[in-house]
Amino acid sequence: MIATEEQPKVYALAAEFPSASALYHAAEQIRDAGFKRWDVFTPYPVHGMDKAMGLGKSWLSAVVLFGGISGLLTAVVLESYPSLIEYQTVVHGKPTDWATVPAFVPIFFELTVLFSAFATVIALMVMSQLPRWNHPMFNWERFSRVGDNGFFLAIEARDPKFSEEKTRSLLESIGGHHVTLIHD
Amino acid sequence: MDTSLDPQLAVTKTPLVANSRSLDWVTEKVSTIVESRTPFWWWVAFLITSPIALFGLCCIAYQISTGVGVWGENHPVGWAWDITNFVFWIGIGHAGTLISAILFLTRQKWRTSINRASEAMTLFAVICAGIFPGIHVGRVWMAWFLAPVPWYEGVWPNFRSPLLWDVFAVSTYFTVSVLFWYTGLVPDLATLRDRATSRVKKFFFTVFALGWRGSNRNWRHYEMAYLILAGISTPLVLSVHSVVSFDFATSVIPGWHTTIFPPYFVAGAIFGGFAMVLTILIPARLLYPQLKDLITPQHIDRMCKIILLTGSIVGYAYAMEFFIAWYGGNPYEQWAFLRNRLADPYLIGPALHITPAPYWWAYWCMITCNVISPQFFWSKKNRYNLWVVFIIVMFVNAGMWFERFVIIVTSLANDFMPSMWHIYHPTWVEVGTFVGTFGIFLSLFLLFMRYLPMIAMSEIKIVLPESDPHYVAPGAHGDEAHNPAHH
Repeated sequence: MIATEEQPKVYALAAEFPSASALYHAAEQIRDAGFKRWDVFTPYPVHGMDKAMGLGKSWLSAVVLFGGISGLLTAVVLESYPSLIEYQTVVHGKPTDWATVPAFVPIFFELTVLFSAFATVIALMVMSQLPRWNHPMFNWERFSRVGDNGFFLAIEARDPKFSEEKTRSLLESIGGHHVTLIHD
Repeated sequence: MDTSLDPQLAVTKTPLVANSRSLDWVTEKVSTIVESRTPFWWWVAFLITSPIALFGLCCIAYQISTGVGVWGENHPVGWAWDITNFVFWIGIGHAGTLISAILFLTRQKWRTSINRASEAMTLFAVICAGIFPGIHVGRVWMAWFLAPVPWYEGVWPNFRSPLLWDVFAVSTYFTVSVLFWYTGLVPDLATLRDRATSRVKKFFFTVFALGWRGSNRNWRHYEMAYLILAGISTPLVLSVHSVVSFDFATSVIPGWHTTIFPPYFVAGAIFGGFAMVLTILIPARLLYPQLKDLITPQHIDRMCKIILLTGSIVGYAYAMEFFIAWYGGNPYEQWAFLRNRLADPYLIGPALHITPAPYWWAYWCMITCNVISPQFFWSKKNRYNLWVVFIIVMFVNAGMWFERFVIIVTSLANDFMPSMWHIYHPTWVEVGTFVGTFGIFLSLFLLFMRYLPMIAMSEIKIVLPESDPHYVAPGAHGDEAHNPAHH
């Protein structure tokens, strides 16, 4: 083994907060201090936290619009091409012309919904950078309470304003407990 | 909303979670159901339901290997128990989507206690429903003809047929319901992952939790995704039973050819579905007493009110069918309603000088169970008495099955040509298949209760007062909660 063991890279400085309300106000102050690479972790979506963090509205809906339109177009092609153009099938002597298009509407609707739903879930995964097997935050044993009743805030080391001492004292001054250095 | 600022709101609201429980109480009580040893009653229940499910599968195997002739269906009754059961099960699913989607859009926070279990119920009911159209086609190995793939001599399905709309509607409904349900499960699976003690559990929960860590940058997209899934599921669920009703409404059979069918079917589906939700949740709440603070009598009361509302809509639809049969002046339709359904051998038949209908008892079972029994829910005392609620919802379950039987069989058995009339009786295979789907449904639900969190933890935590970032703990000084940085 090589003697010079590399020090694991610092990922972030994290702190725990006692409640949603404490975390909310801490987030407001971190936002106002001008940090960019940071996040809060909560067991449920805290109402108003996006604003406290200075995040805008999620643009996931735009992806879904695209998904819905492609679903509709798929249905239009899937139904019209065989039924109106290539393989007109006469059933019960009923017409097969353009006037029968209203009969295609239920499937237009269903495929629009189906493609929108897939677009929603895929966009959610891509935009949240999920699925992933591991994350540096999981290295902190206190973090296992994030799905229970833990409220955490982490400022990443790659944030330009990050400084181990100053950020630590900032986190402590805004009410953070157990301020810990998280390694990759 | 901060109810402490508005005394009027504060006095009228009963807390959604009883006994002011905390965040970790919710996690603990819901997770331990999955983490603790399998209770004895669970094995008893599962050893009852799984042989029933197996028997149903044997009936299906017998029917497929022998042919549809093992069923009692014959001309003119070409649809009978198979399609009755299909519509029955698909309707049950609708309550789950109503709770997860429509009550979400309308900000009904009480849904968070029951949405996970109801969505699971939706999936299992749709699985049971899907069996019937699959096997009633006779040659099941050709069921893929329903899919728009022109691999067989360029034959495309008829896109103008309601039966094909149904294929798309039901498969879309199932897929979207699975996506919605799974999206909701991810944060709770992450909670279970973080609590898991054995390596095997840790592995599976790590895989299925997708690396979720409660990051607000993820919650932001998650909440938007959840809102959109609710938004698209709402018209979807309304469309599914409308499309199911088109299978009947677009035909020319008297008793089917009715424009009121789509709204009437949707109301009936929600009615029957809520009855099934209560059928499952009332025993679940007794078997897991820790759930009593989460699924409170208040929740049961609200579901009873929805049953009362939708049951009354269904009753109105029954009456309106008769009115239109009379007002429309079509003798066949009048005949279908008066003679095939209403005329009993004791009162109405003799009074109108009509030979009683062969299925009059089925019609009157339907009226008793669906129109009369929910009216008991006008009384608050009945809505808070679990025995009364359970008995009434059992009547509703039976009544909604009879409704579909009445619509399908009474209309077909005696249609235009008296020479074609034929009384239909089910065979043991049909009965066995139907009973078997109950085995499948209940077995799946027992597995769900045992292995997945049956209460949406991350969602119910939102309705706890302490989850609000502007919450002031009782006894705490106002400034303390608002400015934690100042000390």
